[in-house]
Amino acid sequence: MGFFNFFSKEKKETLDSGLSKTKENVFDKLTRAVAGKSRVDEEVLDNLEEALVTSDVGVETTLRIIERIEERVARDKYINTAELNVILKDEIVKLLAENETTTALDFGAELPAKPYVIMVVGVNGVGKTTTIGKLAYQFTQAGKKVYLGAADTFRAAAIEQLSIWGDRVGVPVIKQKMGADPASVAYDTLMSAKTNDADVVIIDTAGRLHNKVNLMNELTKIRNVMSKVVSDTPHEVLLVLDGSTGQNAFEQAKQFTKATQVTALAITKLDGTAKGGVVIGISDQFKVPVKYIGLGEGLEHLQLFNKEEFVDSLLG
Amino acid sequence: MFESLSERLERSFKILKGQGKITEINVAETLKDVRKALLDADVNYKVAKTFTDDVKAKALGQNVLLAVKPNELMVKIVHDELAQLMGGEHVDINIKGNPAVILMSGLQGSGKTTFSGKLANMLKNKRGKKPLLVACDVYRPAAIEQLRVVGAQIGVPVYSELDSKSPIDIAQNAIKQAKKDGNDVVIIDTAGRLAVDEQMMNEIAAIKAAVSPHEILFVVDSMTGQDAVNTAKEFNERLNFDGVVLTKLDGDTRGGAALSIRSVVDKPIKFVGTGEKMEAIDLFHPARMADRILGMGDIVSLVERAQEQFDEEEARKLSKKIAKNQFDFNDFMGQIQQIKKMGNLKDLASMIPGVGKAIKDVDLDDKSFAGIEAIIQSMTPYERENPTSLNNSRKNRIVRGSGRDIQEVNRLLKQFNEMQKMMRMVQKQKLPNIKR
Ligand SMILES: Nc1nc2c(ncn2[C@@H]2O[C@H](COP(=O)(O)OP(=O)(O)OP(=O)(O)O)[C@@H](O)[C@H]2O)c(=O)[nH]1
Ligand SMILES: [Mg+2]
Repeated sequence: MGFFNFFSKEKKETLDSGLSKTKENVFDKLTRAVAGKSRVDEEVLDNLEEALVTSDVGVETTLRIIERIEERVARDKYINTAELNVILKDEIVKLLAENETTTALDFGAELPAKPYVIMVVGVNGVGKTTTIGKLAYQFTQAGKKVYLGAADTFRAAAIEQLSIWGDRVGVPVIKQKMGADPASVAYDTLMSAKTNDADVVIIDTAGRLHNKVNLMNELTKIRNVMSKVVSDTPHEVLLVLDGSTGQNAFEQAKQFTKATQVTALAITKLDGTAKGGVVIGISDQFKVPVKYIGLGEGLEHLQLFNKEEFVDSLLG
Repeated sequence: MFESLSERLERSFKILKGQGKITEINVAETLKDVRKALLDADVNYKVAKTFTDDVKAKALGQNVLLAVKPNELMVKIVHDELAQLMGGEHVDINIKGNPAVILMSGLQGSGKTTFSGKLANMLKNKRGKKPLLVACDVYRPAAIEQLRVVGAQIGVPVYSELDSKSPIDIAQNAIKQAKKDGNDVVIIDTAGRLAVDEQMMNEIAAIKAAVSPHEILFVVDSMTGQDAVNTAKEFNERLNFDGVVLTKLDGDTRGGAALSIRSVVDKPIKFVGTGEKMEAIDLFHPARMADRILGMGDIVSLVERAQEQFDEEEARKLSKKIAKNQFDFNDFMGQIQQIKKMGNLKDLASMIPGVGKAIKDVDLDDKSFAGIEAIIQSMTPYERENPTSLNNSRKNRIVRGSGRDIQEVNRLLKQFNEMQKMMRMVQKQKLPNIKR
């Protein structure tokens, strides 16, 4: 298969036709490749490898998935495509970490703490602020009282951006001036939320690249200040990943986890052609569940993550 | 997390040497490593495949099998091929026209607004232009406000219409305004959009038709994965853009998207963004990008960044002092401040090949110097200028003043001595050149 013998195949397609080919459904391909055969052959695995890698799953994780399928097939003696498809989906789903919190099931579910505090982090432009707007909407719809904190005091007009989302949803946004200490904004937000008996607090933070040590330390500080105001906060640290990001997302997950103990992931921009496959390896390695996906720029374009659907879209 | 290509090849060739001979199969084996490195760097699957096929042909043609150091030759072939693919000569943007109209395009969050500001800033300060920024993102909350703040920061006017929902009208009116005010460059910032969003793609095509830009730039996040090819192709088909801008290269992404994009659209990468500050814009360097994709460090950028921070005047003074053996603790302190100015240390160090991986998880930041600084600050001015004066009683006083222990003070003095010695040695070797 691919990584073991691709040089033996001298077929070199032009890039263009190759690319359009990748748009074909993987299950279709698999079906074609295994029709009338009794075991998983190289062509099947080749197709699978291509499908996974072009969905940003990454080489390492792809090889692991393929290995597991080979083991399963050897053990279970696979017979037809339908069964192979089930096995494939099953193996990938198993890599995605389990969601343990109630908020992952339903925005209306009773929350483990009051206020339930969510801190949102991620690199520049991934969709943190937009995701916060959408989350605020969902929680409000479910009857929760939401407070937002504009702790991105760095990027131009970031405070205004969150304020507009606050107006749209009809929830208060606690803010200070541009350039203010973000930890102090987070503190203010928690205090207000507590006094006003809010159910959910969501703190926006400035986008930052994960290799900037000083900026990552700042995040740790914001986190620490919060836990001083209300113990055990933040209850959730949500790392937002852009669905079109490639393997660098691994490093993002690693560094943000180190600085803020990430507890959940959100993947945005899945309304485009990017598949976001990199989260499979991340979820597996760091044992963090994916909770939300972003599917557009509107208020309602947020969904709770569903493993099966995600894997379907990955291979479809 | 990824092994660099040279590390990988070293390993696979070691295995080969053990076998005593290198065969064509072994070359294929090596190329598998190359391909894996490319995929880890987010080069598109198909692009990586085609690329390694080409390299295979080249490698066999150049008799890699007989080379003394086959892995080095392989790395060189791969590197050169990559650099060549990513473009030869730098292609400048077209700002001939009065006003010259530049249109930005790209996905959401790719960095268009920030880059618009950087470009305006550069054209103003380095090319004597009078740019006008235009806010055509009428969708994203506070997008217009963001551009206004950026404009105010760099002292460049921003044209916007708060009540209009038509980017086409805004762009056209902005050009009229520019003519009136004597702005010779108009930079149009647009809303981010997905290539599959028919309506939004029609909109930007309509903006293009309405203002006939002299230059259309496609802005793409350097962390983009496999999808880069689809997006670039689609935007190019709709806009036939003139150049690509690669943003957020100050991160640690390998940036394989650069290669993918170059392979599907034959358009030059013109600029890169390297930070959140308005000065963080650079021309694209294909050879450095090749190194980076292969995980071989970006040593040239490192040197350049160091040079940027280096004060010529200071350097000359320092050089004289070293020659006269007068380098003292004041100079040493100055050096430390210089290094600190160069930005995050770990950041810099990770650009050095080999070092990157070693220090990845080590915390190396400004604080590393805290001890040294405390010790020097506890010295009297006399001691700083006369390092040899530091006898035991003086050292003990420094220990008390700095809160550091004696071992640390001794270590610093020893290091300082060695440094002095080394500096003189280095300088002696260089002197003839300087005089000439
Ligand atoms: N198509 C699409 N666009 C999205 C999605 N989520 C966010 N965006 C867009 O992506 C862009 C960046 O979103 P922001 O929410 O400003 O991102 P951010 O992470 O807060 O950015 P910074 O604060 O600048 O780091 C905006 O244009 C959003 O409208 C999504 O799920 N789909
Ligand atoms: Mg934001």
